[in-house]
Amino acid sequence: MTAAASRQPMPQSSTSDLPSRQPERVDPLVDVTGLAKRFGRLEVLRGVDVGFRRARVTAVIGPNGSGKTTLIKAVLGLVRPDAGTVAFDGEIVEPGDVTYRSRVGYMPQRAAFPENLTGREVLTMLRDLRAGDARQLDEMLLQTLALEPELDKPLRTLSGGNRQKVNAAVAFLFRPDLIVLDEPTAGLDPVASSALKEAIRSAKARGVTFVLTSHIVSELEELADDIVFLLDGRALFAGTTDDLKRETGEDRLERAIAHLMISPR
Amino acid sequence: MNLVAPASSSPAPAPSAIGKVLAYQLNDVVRSRWALAYTLFFLLVTDALFRFGGGGTQVILSLLNVVLILIPLVSLVFGTMYLYSTREFVELMLAQPVRRSDLFAGLYGGLLLPLAVGFVLGTGLPFIWHGAAVAEHLPTLGRLMGVGVMLTAAFLALAFWISVRFEDRVKGLGAALLLWLFLAVIYDGLLLLVAYTFSAYPLEQPMIVLGMLNPISLARVLLLLTLDVAALLGYTGAAFERFFGTGLGTALSLGALLAWWGVPLALARRRFLRKDF
Repeated sequence: MTAAASRQPMPQSSTSDLPSRQPERVDPLVDVTGLAKRFGRLEVLRGVDVGFRRARVTAVIGPNGSGKTTLIKAVLGLVRPDAGTVAFDGEIVEPGDVTYRSRVGYMPQRAAFPENLTGREVLTMLRDLRAGDARQLDEMLLQTLALEPELDKPLRTLSGGNRQKVNAAVAFLFRPDLIVLDEPTAGLDPVASSALKEAIRSAKARGVTFVLTSHIVSELEELADDIVFLLDGRALFAGTTDDLKRETGEDRLERAIAHLMISPR
Repeated sequence: MNLVAPASSSPAPAPSAIGKVLAYQLNDVVRSRWALAYTLFFLLVTDALFRFGGGGTQVILSLLNVVLILIPLVSLVFGTMYLYSTREFVELMLAQPVRRSDLFAGLYGGLLLPLAVGFVLGTGLPFIWHGAAVAEHLPTLGRLMGVGVMLTAAFLALAFWISVRFEDRVKGLGAALLLWLFLAVIYDGLLLLVAYTFSAYPLEQPMIVLGMLNPISLARVLLLLTLDVAALLGYTGAAFERFFGTGLGTALSLGALLAWWGVPLALARRRFLRKDF
């Protein structure tokens, strides 16, 4: 299978594609081109080309240290790439460009909030920071996660799981067009985890694009439409889950992913 | 034709988020009780100095050493600790439509304000309730407060620079403590050593230069020059007084102290704007 470093998912898999040449292109919400990043001597990303398609859930997978978080952070503008570009909704994001982020929600891997403030204060503060944004808040997740009674306690007194719930609610709160979730269900109890998945599905139905990383295969099976497989800083596979199954000859996503990890080429 | 203007799909960022970041951070810092403890400490020390010993001038002189040692220590340690503990939240804020420069300014102001206000209130209030806030003492007290605030600003800037320079918080905290130890304690010892070793040579000018290279020495010189007790200081102070007279010496050391604030702050800001989070 030579989907290696291929451009965004293509319905019919072609075996002879040159990397990055794809005449008819779907119009992804986020288009990452030739992204490279090194930290010191460590090359974390070596020319990644992927697109995150609209109203779909793209799962970025790969072993630890394969560059998943760096890729996500580059899309968010938290990491400045050494080479390559990120385009959001057709426009290339310049360094220092912040306006597109009013359309992006982010749930980091670890929820770390100011200890002495309450959840409500942090939500208010984030809303104030997004002052240009007149959109109605999406408080659905706050309610389904039963966070209401927790919001008036100082965040330091909240359990790790509850803090993670606040973290998730923040990503959805401002009705963004793109929601980036870094290991979203790690640390959530099953009830909260299924509420979050439900929220993802319903937001997707409204046209929200999702990018998430996860190691939990059952979760990927449930949620992911597209898969980006990173290994050593390269996108070895980018395509739909069906493409992945077809190319690996496996009928279960778990086996297909295992197949990628074991014999990456 | 649309009669209703369509909602802009990419709203401009708020003119400046500095105020909002600052307000939130003030809230957080004040509630952390660090700032309160800091204020109380100055309050107690100043009050105790009034109770144990004489009038305003002696109190100011005794306070001077507390200011020179404690303000750099607290600004450095509290500054770096706070920044490391807030790192992940900074990351989350940077994922919002907020300019990095705004966030940096808000963070810096949000730390500087409580520490500076805590110091000014902590030392100022006892002067008022002991009735020593009279015209005679006001200029020196004002100087003390001014220099204290400048030291706070300079060492907070150094704390910011350290925390963006070192990813690892243990290294960062270690660097902060070492820097304090060097500037507050070791530097004076080295200066003495130099003076002793080269006592056969004219040392005034090198001493002036060496004094300028340490913000704590600078602050000391600035304060002692106005207190008219420069002779107590030995080499550095005497040289300053003789060579510059009070006016030029003050201006020069003030300028150097400002550089100790501006340069680290500019370096920290530059790195913050380019950093990977």
